[in-house]
Amino acid sequence: MTLSPPATLVRSRKALTVSPLKTSAPLGAAMAFMGIDGCLPLFHGAQGCTAFSLVMMVRHFREAIPLQTTAMNEVTTILGGLENIEQALLNITKRTHPKVIGLITTGLTETRGEDMVGDLKTIRQRNPVLDDTVVVLTSTPDFSGGLETGWGKAVSAMIATLVPAGPQPRDAERVTVLAGCHLTPGDIEELRDIIEAFGLRPTILPDLSGSLDGHLPETWVPTTLGGTPLEEIQTLGRAARTIAIGEHMRISGALLEERTGVPTAFLDRVTGLEAVDTLMSLLAEISGRPVPMRLRRQRSQLIDALMDSHFSFGGTRLALAGEPDLVWTLGTLVSGLGARLQAVVTSVDAPFLAGLDTEEVVVGDLEDLAERAGGCDLMIANANARLPAERAGVALFRAGFPILDRLGVAHRVALGYRGTRDTVFALGNALIEAAQTAHAPTAHPANTNRAEEGADHGRSPLALG
Amino acid sequence: MISEKIASVFNEPDCEKNRGKTAGERKKGCGTKGLTPGAAAGGCAFDGAKIALQPVTDVVHLVHGPIACEGNSWDTRNVGTSGPLIYRWGFTTDLSEMDVIHGGEKKLYRAIKEAVAKYAPPAIFVYQTCVPALIGDDIDQVCKVASERLGLPVVPVNAPGFVGSKNLGNKLGAEALLAHVIGTIEPSDAGPTDINIIGEYNVAGEFALVKPLFDELGIRIRACITGNSRYRDLAGAHTARVNMMVCSQAMINLGRGMRERWGIPYFEGSFYGIGDTSQTLRTIATLLVERGATADLIARTEALIAREEAKAWAAMAAYRPRLAGKRVLLYTGGVKSWSVVHALQEMGMEVVGTSVRKSTEDDKARARAALDQNTGKVGELFGAIANPEMYRMFRDGEADIMLSGGRSQFVALKARTAWMDINQERHHGYAGYDGMLELVRQMDIEINNPVWAQVRAPAPWDPPAASPGVTPLIPAGRRAAP
Repeated sequence: MTLSPPATLVRSRKALTVSPLKTSAPLGAAMAFMGIDGCLPLFHGAQGCTAFSLVMMVRHFREAIPLQTTAMNEVTTILGGLENIEQALLNITKRTHPKVIGLITTGLTETRGEDMVGDLKTIRQRNPVLDDTVVVLTSTPDFSGGLETGWGKAVSAMIATLVPAGPQPRDAERVTVLAGCHLTPGDIEELRDIIEAFGLRPTILPDLSGSLDGHLPETWVPTTLGGTPLEEIQTLGRAARTIAIGEHMRISGALLEERTGVPTAFLDRVTGLEAVDTLMSLLAEISGRPVPMRLRRQRSQLIDALMDSHFSFGGTRLALAGEPDLVWTLGTLVSGLGARLQAVVTSVDAPFLAGLDTEEVVVGDLEDLAERAGGCDLMIANANARLPAERAGVALFRAGFPILDRLGVAHRVALGYRGTRDTVFALGNALIEAAQTAHAPTAHPANTNRAEEGADHGRSPLALG
Repeated sequence: MISEKIASVFNEPDCEKNRGKTAGERKKGCGTKGLTPGAAAGGCAFDGAKIALQPVTDVVHLVHGPIACEGNSWDTRNVGTSGPLIYRWGFTTDLSEMDVIHGGEKKLYRAIKEAVAKYAPPAIFVYQTCVPALIGDDIDQVCKVASERLGLPVVPVNAPGFVGSKNLGNKLGAEALLAHVIGTIEPSDAGPTDINIIGEYNVAGEFALVKPLFDELGIRIRACITGNSRYRDLAGAHTARVNMMVCSQAMINLGRGMRERWGIPYFEGSFYGIGDTSQTLRTIATLLVERGATADLIARTEALIAREEAKAWAAMAAYRPRLAGKRVLLYTGGVKSWSVVHALQEMGMEVVGTSVRKSTEDDKARARAALDQNTGKVGELFGAIANPEMYRMFRDGEADIMLSGGRSQFVALKARTAWMDINQERHHGYAGYDGMLELVRQMDIEINNPVWAQVRAPAPWDPPAASPGVTPLIPAGRRAAP
């Protein structure tokens, strides 16, 4: 890592959040449940919570998203939501027969302070018909944390609820991976290939590559189709090792080790030469096999790619925003190619980001990013940064969640030697294009939409996003 | 109090459905049946209020609540503007745990102050959400104080999610306009041909396809409520002579309220479909003349209609051979359940069914009438179709294309069936004469895309029977036009 002093973490002092970077914790939890096979996540809250999260995931993944609501109304909000939860569980079980229901709380029900654990007990006692339905309760108040927070809490809840405590017989070839939400379905597929190349059998939790990879089923299924099978989650204690990827998976990794005794190896990222080397050494050690030739070949391709690309990165100034683990992954990657992180914004408190090679990391919004991005060569953020980037006059490279206006985002791969190589090329090309646009004879009309309004505003061209 | 406001919204005398209810039924409110835990879909009241008001382009729309409400939804509706962009920036107080414990009123006030200092908008709309409503943040009071101290209108929009559905939220948004905005500015230039259009949100900027028609007739749109509108337009909307209501369910209380307070008559019209566009123009001209515009307006309107209709049908005729015989499933609701049926039938297409979710009784009657004009097989009136059943319909080849909103697109696509977006996320305008031509053009592009032949062909190792139900693409011209 770098020798520069640690970055200062600054909390935005504003009361007014403008162009939010953060999405909600329940959304992150719901997304995690998308990675379990035969699952239906259920938000305990007003129906809008579900509608918003559903639409966002539908537009990002371009897939149908199974997600339900307990449809709290004014009366049930005051009197308590037990009946609504009960009705919802019964209705869902009757209609869609999921193997797992992820019961996710929201701001509304957490503010009221419901005894969800007690309520669930009561509901189960009253309804033997629910005996075969596994319910994983996840507590995610909207007013606490963001996407990664919710994802992490959901994975911890899955482990606490589904993995039996106590040692189990070990299988030397089984490896568990706890994957963070900054990994795409494409990343997960790549990771599975890498692990299998060492003769190991991975169980990946959550596994979005099974459910949100855009395959065509032969029938219409109202729950998730594909993802980590319930039986595999229940036997995570049999793995030889657990690999937790990303800071927001650290707690889940520790919890799994505590419950099963399976040792957890923590990887802060799996993108970048050093980081992938660490992954390879770990897999070689677990399997007792050397790193396969195919992967060594990819490593040398990556080194060549880093050399070819560094000319485009060296001395450039970048603005970067996203959830903490995404910022860490991409921030270390571009710093390692000689780019300067002029502005870094993240959504929630993340002390580990002090390790980034930059002066300060702001916990704030996309307005904070735009205000600090003046003169940058490129902005890296989710698609919501489109207008803020225009206001700052900086080209935008889309990364993170949500990306609603680009195809194939679920299949992007940044993991491993190959994924790093392709990501470096994509970022490098964006820098080249931004530089060409800046030097083009006709100036790039970054702010065409901001023309002063004439008196007859009906006739001016429409500004559509 | 919000409960009183909701009660008054539920007691809508101009709503046909409501008139048929007993007092007890009326108290129970509208649409509460649809909210079954574990089997519900659609947005909440906050979502509805925001949809209704967000198209006002020059104000700050400030959402008071934790991150979910705005952070998960901002700038996702594709409504157009001809200038200001501030409505698309996403403002929220992003309440934290500490705010929930201590109350969020002070933070809200500070947020309003920051918005004024930074962006100097003509007004601020403040949206209440579940969590602050539950902890007792009084946004009405905060807005009142902020208005007085900061010297600009700060409008409370009281529609926290748990009070009901999206549809109710639309009406609560309209209530906020009635209570705090409309009639607060006297424009100096009110004229005899001023109209408002209520419930037109300028999705995909489509109002630009309609506005030139009004310009040519010398009819001024005082306010589009709320598509591409400015705060000043809304505040002076009470000086219009006629109100047109586009989406009858969404803001009927606004039409009635403006009739009661300022004597402005309203009528329901639509810009979807050629006949409906013409009828709408006729009605506006007639009403304006009744209310003092010069009588020649009617003749001029008829001349424009004749010219535009001839032009549109002539342009659309080119698509007829490419669309005739194709079967369409319309899965939307409200006005669109019937308004585009006629144009599709004119193309020789067969509307196998239309969904009347979210439709008024009147919508349903019109949808039925439109389908009955179908030559041959009569299309069905659907309520909600369950996804597995819809999937089966496509697998069994019962429709060649579905027109719907974004959420159900994958049911069609996973069954390898053509699909088109006709709801709020679409990127093409379908309003007016030009819009209908655009709809037909887009349908041709979609339904005759060579991709369908590729994706339906079985894999080389699968016998053709291995993919049951996936209909082979109907070769162009195999089905004769009726």
